[in-house]
Amino acid sequence: FQDQAEQFFRSGHTNNWAVLVCTSRFWFNYRHVANTLSVYRSVKRLGIPDSHIVLMLADDMACNPRNPKPATVFSHKNMELNVYGDDVEVDYRSYEVTVENFLRVLTGRIPPSTPRSKRLLSDDRSNILIYMTGHGGNGFLKFQDSEEITNVELADAFEQMWQKRRYNELLFIIDTCQGASMYERFYSPNIMALASSQVGEDSLSHQPDLGIGVHLMDRYTFYVLEFLEEIHPASQTNMNDLFQVCPKSLCVSTPGHRTDLFQRDPQNVLITDFFGSVRKVEITTETISLDSDLAGFESKLPKDELATEPQKYAEQLPVAQIIHQKPKQKDWHPPGGFILGLWALIIMVFFKTYGIKHMKHVF
Amino acid sequence: RTSITSRYETVYRSTTAQEEAALDVATAREADAALHLLQDASLGALTVYVVPETSSHLPQGINVYVGKHRSALVRAGGGLATLRTRLQQLTQVMSFTASSIAAALSDRLPDGQLGPDARRHLKSSLGYEITFSLLNPDPKSHAVDWDIEDAVNRYVQPVLDKLSLVANFSVDSQILYYAVLGVTPRFDKESSSFLLSAHSLPHVINPVEARLGSSAASLYPVLNFLLYVPERSHSPLYIQDKDGAPVSTNAFHSPRWGGIMVYNVETPASPQASLPLHVDVDMVRVMEVFLAQLRLLFGLSREELPPEFLLESPGNEGLANWELDRLLWAHTVENIATVSTTLTSLAQLLDKIGNIVIKDDVASEVYRAVTSAQSAMAKLAVGHLHSAFQASKEAVTSSERAFFDPSLLHLLYFPDDQKFAIYIPLFLPMAVPILLSLAKIVREARQRKKEPTKMD
Repeated sequence: FQDQAEQFFRSGHTNNWAVLVCTSRFWFNYRHVANTLSVYRSVKRLGIPDSHIVLMLADDMACNPRNPKPATVFSHKNMELNVYGDDVEVDYRSYEVTVENFLRVLTGRIPPSTPRSKRLLSDDRSNILIYMTGHGGNGFLKFQDSEEITNVELADAFEQMWQKRRYNELLFIIDTCQGASMYERFYSPNIMALASSQVGEDSLSHQPDLGIGVHLMDRYTFYVLEFLEEIHPASQTNMNDLFQVCPKSLCVSTPGHRTDLFQRDPQNVLITDFFGSVRKVEITTETISLDSDLAGFESKLPKDELATEPQKYAEQLPVAQIIHQKPKQKDWHPPGGFILGLWALIIMVFFKTYGIKHMKHVF
Repeated sequence: RTSITSRYETVYRSTTAQEEAALDVATAREADAALHLLQDASLGALTVYVVPETSSHLPQGINVYVGKHRSALVRAGGGLATLRTRLQQLTQVMSFTASSIAAALSDRLPDGQLGPDARRHLKSSLGYEITFSLLNPDPKSHAVDWDIEDAVNRYVQPVLDKLSLVANFSVDSQILYYAVLGVTPRFDKESSSFLLSAHSLPHVINPVEARLGSSAASLYPVLNFLLYVPERSHSPLYIQDKDGAPVSTNAFHSPRWGGIMVYNVETPASPQASLPLHVDVDMVRVMEVFLAQLRLLFGLSREELPPEFLLESPGNEGLANWELDRLLWAHTVENIATVSTTLTSLAQLLDKIGNIVIKDDVASEVYRAVTSAQSAMAKLAVGHLHSAFQASKEAVTSSERAFFDPSLLHLLYFPDDQKFAIYIPLFLPMAVPILLSLAKIVREARQRKKEPTKMD
């Protein structure tokens, strides 16, 4: 009976995915890259393999000419922890981190040529962790200084995911200024959200490093990372502990969370349900009996060689077409109603103002 | 809201002379083989023969014998009520049940009806990739040889051929060296062996998974079967179940992922044997476990049977025809449900964003999905399982292609309020002088109308 009770409170997921997004670029946003890489490191340590992590970074820190310690990204003041490491696998780097690509990853509407490592191949039994960091405002998050994603778009993307059952449960963590505004508009079930600050508050950074010259991490993620360092794959810590991380005295901003869309009680949700990859296993008790003498060879005819056409390397650049291309005949469309109306209005006003006698010069 | 109903169609008849002759053999197995040749049972249909109580086919204590094709023998006796119960139990075992249909639809049922463990079987997919991996963490001590190609041809391929109706399968294999498990096994003095307890098993897979690799080209779900040869310092290694007893198969599996088996190398008789020891893996034993795990991953379990049932082993084919039918029923229902939710969701998306552009090929995929789904539902209602399954597969392919078309990203189409927000700041200042001049014109026209009367 206790087994059944245990089972009821457990999550029903069979695999874990993580989508970690850093939406800033440029050297002074070092801390956002360090944030994301710290979460990446924790998630890998707790068991989620690279094939199940979609990491989106501008990735211009480690090899930045202003970096006094090249090929490293540190997350701690005394340069104790190099979160860049040897085995980081960035899936979307530099200018590929756009709102469009992010939404394509979430909804799955990806061009067929996208490689497997850039896809979120989750199913209805996947628990997904989404972590976003960068500069944000009330209801939006800035992507690479050129575009924004609004909370409505994000909520719609999650709804598209839910319709197609692309997740079992989703944990959304955001570390930006006014982060709580990003999760206000969620309406799909099974989503739990955490933010580093409420609407109207700024998320502050932790400490500058005088050797590197920039702030290394944001406060909220720094304390979350400290918390995660205590977690190992078999730990039973639950989400309520994560909600207590970084109180106002340490963080200056007030972290918020949202659990009304989530079905299970946060008390029963383990940290490793999202940050780690603890698989459900069953002991195999059945076997089948195989007859080793059965001549499998006889019954198996050699597979006919499928007649394949000789492959040709596809022309990358249709050079012949480009050289001999004639300028495309653009079909001429008469101007539409709006433009015509505008012109008529302007002409009428002109002639009315300056007198109708000028009209006879036109005709 | 949609609902699904299911029913069985039962036809009663007496046996033909040929069937009588076929049943006139010594054992049930021979009878089953002979009857199979006579039947032209199509996919989804079952034939049940009721044999007299004193029949010698069924051993003592067994009242129902289920063959490996699509027929069964039921012992009469004890009255019609007993017979009816036995027939009901038989249909529960051999054909679809309300709970198996519910399990196939588990992600669309209202929550709370099924527990979280309800649906762990592989989802219906157009293809699956199977990868066999040999993990050798200690190549200095063990030089392991496995003839995987031969084993796949002999044992795995017949099963996959049988399952080829369900999906396309592709098989590959690899050997990984210095791949250790994530858990250190304990040494048990009593059995002088190393033990992996049941609660440490979930952590075994993760460190290995990163190295398993998966095909970059295919998007089908991957099933991994790992054969682990423990290091010499950790041999022999046994897996313990929850009660502490060693598991006979020495294997465990994870739903929707695959299975792991631990293969212990016998310690050589003489301790001075030269390292590395040469190990020839007994592929029959290994494949028996792996194929059983494959069956379990697909949801074909033979565990819960009423006590008086005897199931014929399917042999090298891996699964009986009626098990294949069960799989097809579940997959067809799941496919149709997937199509209906996908298309509904797509329609809702199009309603929400009024100015989304539907390309011609997306539209044709949607039409094809709808016609295929309708034909699948019609065929399913009549019981033509094969054609219903094919139609449902087509429907799923078309609907997925339509839904996941890259042009349907809602980001690319602006809602009307954003358009106003962009164009108003441009046109409003432009329109001010125009509107003022219009007002002036109207005023002058009115004044001129009054003027002529005054001037004269």
